[in-house]
Amino acid sequence: MSTAIATTTVPTPHTAVLLSARGLRVTFGHTEALRGVDLDINTGEVIAVMGPSGSGKSTLLHALAGVIVPDAGTVSYGSTPAETVEICALDETARARLRLTDFGFVFQFGQLLPDLSAIDNVSIPLLLGGMRRKDALRQARTWLGRLGLAEQANQRPTELSGGQAQRVAIARALVTGPRVLFADEPTGSLDSLAAENVMVLLTDVARETGTTVLIITHDARTASYADREIIVRDGRVTAGFALSASVAGS
Amino acid sequence: MDNTLTLLGLLGTRPSHGYDLKHSYDRYFGAQKPLAFGQVYATLARLIKNGLILTLGEESGAGPDRKRYEVTEAGRSRLVEWMFTPDIPAATLQSNLFAKTVIALLLGDDAERLLDVQRAEHMSRMRELTAAKRGATLMNVLMCDHALFHIEADLRWIDLTAARLNELREQVRAA
Repeated sequence: MSTAIATTTVPTPHTAVLLSARGLRVTFGHTEALRGVDLDINTGEVIAVMGPSGSGKSTLLHALAGVIVPDAGTVSYGSTPAETVEICALDETARARLRLTDFGFVFQFGQLLPDLSAIDNVSIPLLLGGMRRKDALRQARTWLGRLGLAEQANQRPTELSGGQAQRVAIARALVTGPRVLFADEPTGSLDSLAAENVMVLLTDVARETGTTVLIITHDARTASYADREIIVRDGRVTAGFALSASVAGS
Repeated sequence: MDNTLTLLGLLGTRPSHGYDLKHSYDRYFGAQKPLAFGQVYATLARLIKNGLILTLGEESGAGPDRKRYEVTEAGRSRLVEWMFTPDIPAATLQSNLFAKTVIALLLGDDAERLLDVQRAEHMSRMRELTAAKRGATLMNVLMCDHALFHIEADLRWIDLTAARLNELREQVRAA
């Protein structure tokens, strides 16, 4: 089976590469999850990562975010040579620090602490970063308002709809001002309208703040909010092709 | 979309001049392709000839034309028949794409690339439609959603076919 990958090539205003993977290989037992991935992600881009189940999408996201260290290859993070770090070369503590300060994460479900209110959930990353509780709550409230949840600030996750809970999770992921947001099926458990509201808010906020976003999704409508999509098959991501050139050349 | 029956339906809401009818059509359905005046009057002439509408005489309206038109009983029956007769689900694109895929396999060409090219085109169109929904009226949002869901259905077929390409290749060659 071919392991080609397609990416649409739409012109975007993004130029500086922020995340760059070269030759990424990840193996779990006898299974090769990633088989040599090369990928450049520009500052401020919103990218949809698509592909069949088990193709390596989540593994790719985890490797890019420094959650796992690949068996081979590099992940460079930074938009200038002076600030660029090799994520794979950092130890676990340094990678954890980087994830806390520079990256945000949103998952499909089960990510909010059920015993805490929405505002407490959102303030957690700030408290973990050493911010005073009063300041953390103020910032958390601002972000909840930005995501249309001002009135739900004191409600617990079980009192929120699925779409509201996902917006709380997005607020929590963005409250620290991350440069990259990694989202794994953020609309996977939502109905069409709730998914649309989440994606409109997520992409609006990301574009306002210049946050780079990687969204894993099976849903083409969710992917259509991105600037471009990449498709992972059998653990590989290859360079995209220009549609017109491809058609003209065939 | 059947413009003739859509105009008949708009006229069914109340008697109108051709000028007003054209603007009603454009408001509801003409966001991407407004109707030409010539097409409106040609359609009205055809509806009169078929006994589905009649003229109410000449009165002044918002536009230059003087005639008002009204739906006849036969016209109302035709509208009901049209509204409650289900459309045959169209599958033109998939049929064409299916043919391309099979031919590519028969020729030993890169069928996966063919599907990738089509997927990229579909995703590009979906991005355009999603962008068009921003700030649009609810009617236009729903019109875009209709197109988006249809394109998404094609994409699901493309993904399923891509996943079963090896199997299809064997069957095509064995046939």
